[in-house]
Amino acid sequence: MSTDSHEINVTVNGTACRRTVESRLLLSDFLRHDLLLAGTHVGCEHGVCGACTVIFDGAAVRSCLMFAAQADGHAIMTVEGLAADREHLHPLQESMRDCHGLQCGYCTPGILMTMKVFLDETPSPDEAQIREALSGNLCRCTGYQHIVEAMQLAAQRLRG
Amino acid sequence: MTTRNFGAPIRRNEDVRLLTGQALFVDDVELPGMLYAAFLRSNVAHAIIRSIDVEAARARDGVVAVYTAEDLGNYWAPGPLLVPPPPIKDTIFNQRTQVPLAKDKVRHVGEPLAVVLAESRYIAEDALADIAVELDPLPAVVDLEKALADASATVHDGVRGNVAAHVRQSRGNYAMARAHADRVIARRFLYDHGASSPIETRGIVAKWDARANQLTIWDTTQAPVFFRNGIAGMLGLSERQVRVIAPFVGGGFGPKIMLFYPEEVVIPWAAIKLNRPVKWIEDRLEHFFATTHERGQTHDAEIALAADGRILGVKDVFLHDTGAYNPYGLTVPINSQCTLLGPYVIPNYDSTFTAIFTNKPIVTPYRGAGRQHGVFVIERLLDLAAHELNIDRAEIRRRNLIPPDAFPYNNEIIYQDFAPLSYDSGNYEPILDKALEMIGYDRFLAEEQPRLRGQGRHVGVGVACYVEGTGIGPYEGAKVQVQANGKVNVATGIGTQGQGHFTVFAQIVADQLGVEVSDVDIVTGDTDQFYWGAGTFASRGAVVAGNACNEAAKAVRQKILKLAAEHFECAEEDLEIANGEVSVVGVPGQAIKLGALALKANPMRGAVRPGTEPGLESTQYFGPSGGATASGVHAMIVEVDPQTFMLEVLKYVVVHDCGTVINPLILAGQIHGGVAQGIGNAYYEQLVFDEDGQLLNASLADYLLPTALEVPHMDIAHTVTASPLNPLGVKGAGEAGAIPVGPLFAQAIENALGLLDQKVELNEIPLSPGRLFELTAKLR
Repeated sequence: MSTDSHEINVTVNGTACRRTVESRLLLSDFLRHDLLLAGTHVGCEHGVCGACTVIFDGAAVRSCLMFAAQADGHAIMTVEGLAADREHLHPLQESMRDCHGLQCGYCTPGILMTMKVFLDETPSPDEAQIREALSGNLCRCTGYQHIVEAMQLAAQRLRG
Repeated sequence: MTTRNFGAPIRRNEDVRLLTGQALFVDDVELPGMLYAAFLRSNVAHAIIRSIDVEAARARDGVVAVYTAEDLGNYWAPGPLLVPPPPIKDTIFNQRTQVPLAKDKVRHVGEPLAVVLAESRYIAEDALADIAVELDPLPAVVDLEKALADASATVHDGVRGNVAAHVRQSRGNYAMARAHADRVIARRFLYDHGASSPIETRGIVAKWDARANQLTIWDTTQAPVFFRNGIAGMLGLSERQVRVIAPFVGGGFGPKIMLFYPEEVVIPWAAIKLNRPVKWIEDRLEHFFATTHERGQTHDAEIALAADGRILGVKDVFLHDTGAYNPYGLTVPINSQCTLLGPYVIPNYDSTFTAIFTNKPIVTPYRGAGRQHGVFVIERLLDLAAHELNIDRAEIRRRNLIPPDAFPYNNEIIYQDFAPLSYDSGNYEPILDKALEMIGYDRFLAEEQPRLRGQGRHVGVGVACYVEGTGIGPYEGAKVQVQANGKVNVATGIGTQGQGHFTVFAQIVADQLGVEVSDVDIVTGDTDQFYWGAGTFASRGAVVAGNACNEAAKAVRQKILKLAAEHFECAEEDLEIANGEVSVVGVPGQAIKLGALALKANPMRGAVRPGTEPGLESTQYFGPSGGATASGVHAMIVEVDPQTFMLEVLKYVVVHDCGTVINPLILAGQIHGGVAQGIGNAYYEQLVFDEDGQLLNASLADYLLPTALEVPHMDIAHTVTASPLNPLGVKGAGEAGAIPVGPLFAQAIENALGLLDQKVELNEIPLSPGRLFELTAKLR
């Protein structure tokens, strides 16, 4: 058994955390099981499905392809950080709800994280750009159409 | 009843929790003292087990236990047969069901040999490498035709030719129809359907509370009640001692209805034995081997036609790959056999299938559940017939549709629910007309296609019809209860995997009880909340559980009116239920909140009349006399790159009839998702096995699920033919989107490339750029 460990300082959803982690601990497992932020889901553990996507220093990354130790000194946002509370959803979440952009909801947190970064960078996307941006996140339920519509609505709402 | 919510595109009650990361999935269950399981799986498809040495694994720090089949003792037993064969004369069925941990022999790659329980999943996986296994490989049974040969290895001792089942069903007299036919067309068709690949894999957590003698299980199952009853029996517990919770489940699509996976047998047993909570979560690699698939069938089919294109009869002989075991009986091949008949009048039908054991993972239903295979055969036969008889593809379908005055229409064979295959209602021609109009069929063929061909573009159109048997029995139930806070609680036994049950059931109940949809709390998949039920399968949730919710809400409505009439000392007819209260019509101020009435219905002191039941509560059950048959037509315009054989779907149309619509937004989502899976099946997804039974593409990098770039925008329209078999008039919609996509792709690609005129036919699914290149080789 690998017993080497690291003390890491990481800011998650604005809260500073200090933890001791094993070298091999995946960032996804750290978030889910150490910090109990289970909203970040794990679908494939080989970087294809995108369910585990989090925002890492402003970039959408797959937390199953990183070690927790690599997060030392960095800032992470997970789905739990998107809305202040259940009564005040982020426009992305509100739009997903209005457009029925989720069914089982398992891929949804990763999609929200990917699209938050995308819409921050591309405030007025067309459908082709949205589909391209979405193409790294697999959804097995929706056929994507309602997600695309939700992103168009969210972009409009975020532009104000 | 004032209908306000039924039929409206209401956004979902369950979404807020899912969107904020606060919905509980099985892997989110964290318990003090929990152990984590990892399974050692066979890496060969067929072998004799010589020895399994787990001592080194047991000695590893952090490992609490390692078990093999031997350790299970008398608990070790083959699983139950979930679906017995339907009562069809002369049926052969050889039952061989899966085992918790392999003993003596392994029969597919991924079959579990041992389980490690450790303080973390990381340690448990480390310990798998400590286990020494000696396997003597045997020849693998992979190819269906070779499996039947006398010289073939056998998956199971005593099953000659690997024949799992043999079934013949017929109506009329095909031989006579053939003798009178103007044209007979015979072909071989191959249809392979893959892995359902929900984004959440399977998982189970079990907790034994020794003080309470109570076992709690969180499982990614589509059938929590059935699971509870079965596992209680295996463990020697009463059903009441076992609580099974199917919390939010991240997609199922069929394989999560399968019981009892080896892990579902081993984990609860281990939790009791070790008196510690145990969690097992399947990883994606395991999922490709350890979760059931659908797979291939080989059909030798022929159609007998009159010169005007009318079908006189169809004969079909097919082989079905059932995998290493057959716990799900004959559901998949029976669906293929029955659904081939489609929306058409086929007066003479002779269908025989042989289900074959192979050294591959188990086959159980996956969205469509064999219906695709049958639909592919009839739709392809009609395309070929249209070409040979020089009749338009849409027209030959129109000429054969069952007329609207022929319902209920009895096909005179037995369906998967053991009842005669009878279509309850339908009106097929308007669906076809609408689809042709929406896709612009006539104009495309007359004007667009010639114009595009003139530009050197290869663009084609396809149109495919199908029916889907939905909403089968036996039954579901619901308990509706008005709470003291005025909210309404509904519990039902089925599990939910994203279908929107928390919303559509709420819509049904809200209309009966005059409350907001958001004030109806639905609980699904918790056996302590609702005791009885069958499960979520066969597009039956809205039909069977939905009607149970409606019946229970109607009964509660009666209780509300009765109690309010006593309260106001008026007649029930003078009362109105709306906005969460009961009021006396025309008397301002005479109103009582439902919550206050619920409190009155449960007096804490005093006497009640004999026979009085407490609470505003009712439990009702609904079981339909037969399944409800939905129907539809898909049409598509596709462009094919003749160099790369990459596709671009330019237009995709679905016209669908699933009876009355509860929520069009949710329905559209079901159809979109079904089509996306159909597209994956048609052109991207295939489980590739080599001759040793090794699955060669067991990762999402190699088994290609469609992304937002492969799934096109879809235009959807509905026609409504209510089902006469349930009070709501609904039919199921879960699987329809996925069913006709294969033949639609084959037809539209053929049309785009003009293949039939060049004597190239696409008689297999899945296609792919590489496979199209091979199939068109003779044209180069």
